Amino acid sequence: MSVAINIWNREAECMAREQLRDLQLERLKSTLTRVAENVPCYQEKFRQCSFCPDDLRTLEDLRHLPFTTKADLRLNYPYGMFAVPMRDVVRIHSSSGTTGKPTVVGYTRQDIQTWSELVSRFMTAAGVTEEDIVHIAFGYGLFTGAFGLHYGSELIGASVIPMSGGNTDKQIMIMQDYRSTVLVCTPSYALTIADRMEKQGIDPASLALKIGLFGAEPWSEQMRSELEQRLGIIATDNFGLSEIMGPGVAGDCIFKRGMHIAEDHFLAEIIDPDTGEVLPEGSVGELVITSLTKQAFPMIRYRTRDITRLHYERCDCGRTLARMEKTRGRSDDMLIIKGVNVFPTQIEEVLFQIEGCEPHYQLIVDRVNNSDTLEILVEVNERIFFDEMKQQRMFIDRAEKRLASALGISARVKLVEPSSITRHEGKACRIIDRRKL
Amino acid sequence: MKVEQISIFIENKSGRLAEVSGILGASGVNIRALSLADTSDFGILRLIVDDSEKALTVLRDHHFTVNKTEVIGVEVPDSPGGLSSILQILDRNQINVEYMYAFVERSGGNAVIIFRFDNVDEAIQVLRDNGVNILKGEKLTSI
Repeated sequence: MSVAINIWNREAECMAREQLRDLQLERLKSTLTRVAENVPCYQEKFRQCSFCPDDLRTLEDLRHLPFTTKADLRLNYPYGMFAVPMRDVVRIHSSSGTTGKPTVVGYTRQDIQTWSELVSRFMTAAGVTEEDIVHIAFGYGLFTGAFGLHYGSELIGASVIPMSGGNTDKQIMIMQDYRSTVLVCTPSYALTIADRMEKQGIDPASLALKIGLFGAEPWSEQMRSELEQRLGIIATDNFGLSEIMGPGVAGDCIFKRGMHIAEDHFLAEIIDPDTGEVLPEGSVGELVITSLTKQAFPMIRYRTRDITRLHYERCDCGRTLARMEKTRGRSDDMLIIKGVNVFPTQIEEVLFQIEGCEPHYQLIVDRVNNSDTLEILVEVNERIFFDEMKQQRMFIDRAEKRLASALGISARVKLVEPSSITRHEGKACRIIDRRKL
Repeated sequence: MKVEQISIFIENKSGRLAEVSGILGASGVNIRALSLADTSDFGILRLIVDDSEKALTVLRDHHFTVNKTEVIGVEVPDSPGGLSSILQILDRNQINVEYMYAFVERSGGNAVIIFRFDNVDEAIQVLRDNGVNILKGEKLTSI
């Protein structure tokens, strides 16, 4: 079977790696020079390690520079990290920070164009063309998701339906009536849509839907297959964060073997989250990104807190760009329970292996009599609800056994009513750690 | 012969039973019999109502997780040993009772017991062969 492989910008996406490294070095030097001239935070960081942008000889020299963290962004709230005067800024976005002040990011006109181009790349890689009708169910607002996908779709020439989030029944009605072919939302919201359609007896095959572009939260391969089966689509992942640009940093091609990073615009490193050391190629660690072309809000060695692994072999799609694996959780989401490292995504995978269980769950970590406890609240649904207590108990036992063997620590599973776990802008609040209190 | 029963998942916290019965009451659904199996975390509420389709719809609209199951209603002599005689018939024929509960109203001087079996059809056959009266669904919900 031959599949159509579409590439938005062949020159950039299929560039020989040697040539790509030259381009990265040239762009990195220019970015470092600009921040050294215009951003006090970087002037100070460079002064502390006696670094001058002219000293940079190779890409590897970058590892001598300090990281930029969320704390730097908070200290410079709101506009302290901007590298251009406000008159050159055409857009402000903000992260959905759940703790403390949000982070504020800015875009010049050129930045918006780059953003659109990079979103077009991953949308094209997933199979979107000008023939498509793109249904955007991300919330429009300070969050970058909706606007990014909106610009990319328009640049491709697809028809955009700017639905925004919420009102699932209306989303489904519009998908049916307007014949949406591409769905853009968080993977957990896509599941909510699938559930609602099932409940209403709507056959997904009766829709025109064929591609899902899901992002903005970590999700597992199991969740991908479930979404593909239940909605009859190809489900692709894409990655971005507002501090770096928003969606468009990386995205799946149709082979789904890792998300291609737009390396001509971003330099990616993998570090040990504890020591900060750059890890050898192929290691699992925290992703650190340096922007190479951004004008308004350049970032030097920004710690994304996302745990992943990079692959550099050429992909079957012809792209030479590095591929990043699905994020395995965030280094700051990592829980240490009874001394064992636990990522919420591990728990999600186990819940998926138990047939029919959806990932509406919440982890409650507590300390009782000086010993850590993990309780997992799982929202019940009709596929895992039994009329007989015996079967219901057996289901819970099975879940607890599987979790214990996957995590290496015991966990208590508690079934709760549907929609009882708090959701924040479509993202479920996954972790409550009471030990900090 | 079979009667539709609805089962509802409820968390073990105050006000949930009141909420279920309130929703059903507001929709004009009448509860004919009920049983509650519970653990420290959650309970399974089983109901026989006069309009189970309507009950299912309104409860789902209120985000409850609900299932339908088939049970049977059996007339039991309202006298000492009445229930025992029926359970002995079932035991002799190796019919396993998953659970059972009593109906609120009586039927022609007899008590009514709701039974849930893993094999409903076989149970119906055995009970009928032994002369036990099984109530029809519509009769049961209109007692």
